Amino acid sequence: MIIQTPEAVMFWILAPLSVIAALGMLLVKKAVHSALLLAWVMITLAIFYIAQEALFLGIVQIVVYTGAVMMLFLFILMLVGVDASDSLKETIPGLRPIAITAAIGFGGLLTALIGRATLGRDAVGLADANAAGNVQGLAALLFSDYVWPFEVISALLITAAMGAMVLAHHQRTVARPSQRQSSIARFRSGSLSTAAGLPGPGVFARHNAVDVPALLPDGTPAPTSISATLKARGDMLESGQFQLDVVDTTVAEEK
Amino acid sequence: MNPYNYLYLAGILFTIGAIGVVVRRNAIVVFMCVELMLNAANLSFVTFSRINGTLDGQVTAFFTMVVAACEVVVGLAIIVAIYRSRRSASVDDASLLKR
Amino acid sequence: MNTSSSIVYLIALPLFGAVALLLGGRRTDKWGHLLATAMSAGSFAVGIYQLMQMLGRSTEERAITQTLFSWISVGSFDIDAALLLDQLSICFVLLITGVGTLIHIYSISYMEHDENRRRFFAYLNLFIASMLLLVLGNSYLNLYVGWEGVGLASYLLIGFWNQKPAYATASKKAFVMNRVGDMGLSFAIMIAFATLGTTTFAGVAEASHHASEAALTAIGIMLVIAAAGKSAQFPLQAWLGDAMAGPTPVSALIHAATMVTAGVYLIVRSNFIFDAAPTAQLIVVIVGAITLIFGALIGTAKDDIKKALAASTMSQIGYMILGAGLGPAGYAFAIMHLLTHGFFKAGMFLGAGSVMHGMNDEVNMRKYGNLRKFMPITFVTFGLGYLAIIGVPPFAGFYSKDLLIETAFDAGGIKGPILGSITLLGAAITAFYMTRVMILTFTSKARWDENTHPHESPWLMWMPMAVLAVGSVTTGFLFTRGDALVNWLNPVFGDHGDHHSEHLFEPIVVSMMALTAVAIGVAIAFFKYQRADIPAVAPTQVSFFTRFARKDLGQDGFNEAVFMRPGQKLTSLLVKSDDRVVDGAVRGVGRLAISSGSWLRLSQTGFARSYAAFILIGAVALIAGIWVVTQ
Repeated sequence: MIIQTPEAVMFWILAPLSVIAALGMLLVKKAVHSALLLAWVMITLAIFYIAQEALFLGIVQIVVYTGAVMMLFLFILMLVGVDASDSLKETIPGLRPIAITAAIGFGGLLTALIGRATLGRDAVGLADANAAGNVQGLAALLFSDYVWPFEVISALLITAAMGAMVLAHHQRTVARPSQRQSSIARFRSGSLSTAAGLPGPGVFARHNAVDVPALLPDGTPAPTSISATLKARGDMLESGQFQLDVVDTTVAEEK
Repeated sequence: MNPYNYLYLAGILFTIGAIGVVVRRNAIVVFMCVELMLNAANLSFVTFSRINGTLDGQVTAFFTMVVAACEVVVGLAIIVAIYRSRRSASVDDASLLKR
Repeated sequence: MNTSSSIVYLIALPLFGAVALLLGGRRTDKWGHLLATAMSAGSFAVGIYQLMQMLGRSTEERAITQTLFSWISVGSFDIDAALLLDQLSICFVLLITGVGTLIHIYSISYMEHDENRRRFFAYLNLFIASMLLLVLGNSYLNLYVGWEGVGLASYLLIGFWNQKPAYATASKKAFVMNRVGDMGLSFAIMIAFATLGTTTFAGVAEASHHASEAALTAIGIMLVIAAAGKSAQFPLQAWLGDAMAGPTPVSALIHAATMVTAGVYLIVRSNFIFDAAPTAQLIVVIVGAITLIFGALIGTAKDDIKKALAASTMSQIGYMILGAGLGPAGYAFAIMHLLTHGFFKAGMFLGAGSVMHGMNDEVNMRKYGNLRKFMPITFVTFGLGYLAIIGVPPFAGFYSKDLLIETAFDAGGIKGPILGSITLLGAAITAFYMTRVMILTFTSKARWDENTHPHESPWLMWMPMAVLAVGSVTTGFLFTRGDALVNWLNPVFGDHGDHHSEHLFEPIVVSMMALTAVAIGVAIAFFKYQRADIPAVAPTQVSFFTRFARKDLGQDGFNEAVFMRPGQKLTSLLVKSDDRVVDGAVRGVGRLAISSGSWLRLSQTGFARSYAAFILIGAVALIAGIWVVTQ
């Protein structure tokens, strides 16, 4: 079967783009950029799936892969540190050349093999298989021939969820201090300045923006009132510019 | 154009993913390269299904996706746990099995 | 052939004595020597009994056998432990037990002050038993057992006083050189079995008629090597002088009368082989001739009385071997000389022991002199032995030696005159050095050390010497009267024509020549030693030849240079190669394992990325492999 021209055009535009995106994912410094480039590759692949009459799979690719998995990646990146960037200098000696050589060899072999291989027939296309609709066709296969792997996969999903819970579980090594214990600790600590507890949020606030620090009674910005990230990035604003004008509240002498 | 071009593309993407696993040091980026490899495999499955005219390839690709999702979940949980205790997300820092 | 059931007692009695004394230990110290002597005497009595029985039988029935048990039965190799008593073996039996018993009696007194006397007698009995087994065995393999046994007993007895390292070394030297000879006997047995299919004397004699001359020559040469080892013939003669480290009764019994004659017995017993292999016979004759002169030359330069007598033994056995190599004509005369030699040499050795006993165990003849006055009995018995050995009529040696010289001249062709001249020369030199011994010891002026009080030996010591002296006087005459011994032994050697073939010289001429040679030798010694003053210390300003003879004609030097040093080098080379190559290979395997392990360890970098790279490389290799396979 020969692929029609529209599909060919689409392929020849998107395929190089996806390759470039993949290479970029490899080469950029910041991890978030890698994640976004990977998301682009996945979307491209979804388009390819739909073009190849795997409609269900294409949608699932976008929803599950790009939507859920990549977002999960981005969450973790946030957790781990967005600005944690690799230096691209290699520490293990000799690894980079070996890896590149091996991978190029791998790719070359694959390409050669694919070039030599045939499946013994022309491409058939999915017109017949999709006769009742792609979803119906898939369902027919899934719940007859592949029902056993299907069940196993569901067990796998449950296991994975439990595994994540176990791994994320933060076991307390000491009991959570009760209120009485934390109060005693406060009073026994070095300075009594925080014995009565810190002031609630907004007490010293000057503005309701997240990048405007609160001012302590002596006029200095309170360090705990603003995110350290913003401070480190230099995105912290001066509270002074939000100083209210002094309102004349002197009471006029009543004549 | 014949459908085999998709296979070439899948091969190239797989290779790039393989390079990435070996070359990058950030654990999460390594993970993402693994995902790229899985996706390349999926693409080839779908292409084979089209060539053969049956939907078995798509079912397999489906299963692969599910497995990949589970793997991501557990793997990222591990990365987070390591990050919490070691404060570092570099793959090279977890080298206690050194001789 | 008749069978008998009493032959075994000949061996069993001394063997019982040896075992009883060795196992009994110190409990038997008080009466051990008496038991041993009784066993030896008992064996002699059984021997006399057997002789009487044998004389009563007709000639064809004289030989008897006794099968004890089936020893080895493997495939076609079937050997019984069996004994054969025929005219030849009975001569040896009587010699061994007779002289052996006399020496037992002598040793009771000689070893009186030695605390290990019981062990000595045990070893003596062991020797008697082994030697009897040697001469009574009916096959080469049975003979071999006795052969080894006497080698062992000789080793134990030479090294009896092994507290002295030199004596222990001497016994080791004797054993090792004997062992070389034993190799010859082993090879002979192997070749005999391989080519002839049997090792019994009867079987080999039968098979030798059909066997190839090459096989028989090979067997013969191996037997010559064996005989040379046991009888101290060239080239394995170097051990006999050192063997004098043992007590004098040992030298008398083993190294004069019996063990060293085992080689002659072997050759004579194997007459059927040598008669069919002229090359081997020629080698026998050559070995005998060389040793004859070799021993005589050494004897002229020795100051140690025992070593001089040992050299004399070597030379006399050379005579016997030469006689045995002359074919059927010479076998009987070789045996005759063997028997007479047993008497007079044993007697002289016992006399030397008596002299040493009286002179505080001094062996250097330059410290002797004028012992005639103080040890008269010893002088007489020793003197009778001396007259016998140099061949003065009517003493024993005259008859036996003259017959050998005559047979040598009659050997035919160019061999005859040469061998005859050699034997005559040997007779002259023998006369010379034996006279020297006599003069230095008994008749010259005294040159003793201080505090030496020579005295006659006790009667237990001189009685055996006297008996042996009687033998030295009479046996020669008795053996030749009416060709007694020759006729007696004739059936053993087969009827090989008559001995009265044409003579080169008439017997009377030969006797005259022999006596002339003897007279010349005696005269030279007389003028050199009796008339002149003998220095008490051996002079160093002597000719090269004397020095060479003092060094045993370089025999030790030769053995060391040709055999010992290369052998040592080979051993050290093998040890080194075993260590470097064999052990080195084993160690190398270990080192290889360690080094390959430490090299492989480098791949455990701990970095997940390098592991991933390995996986990638592996995947590439796998795909390439699949491609190649499906090509």
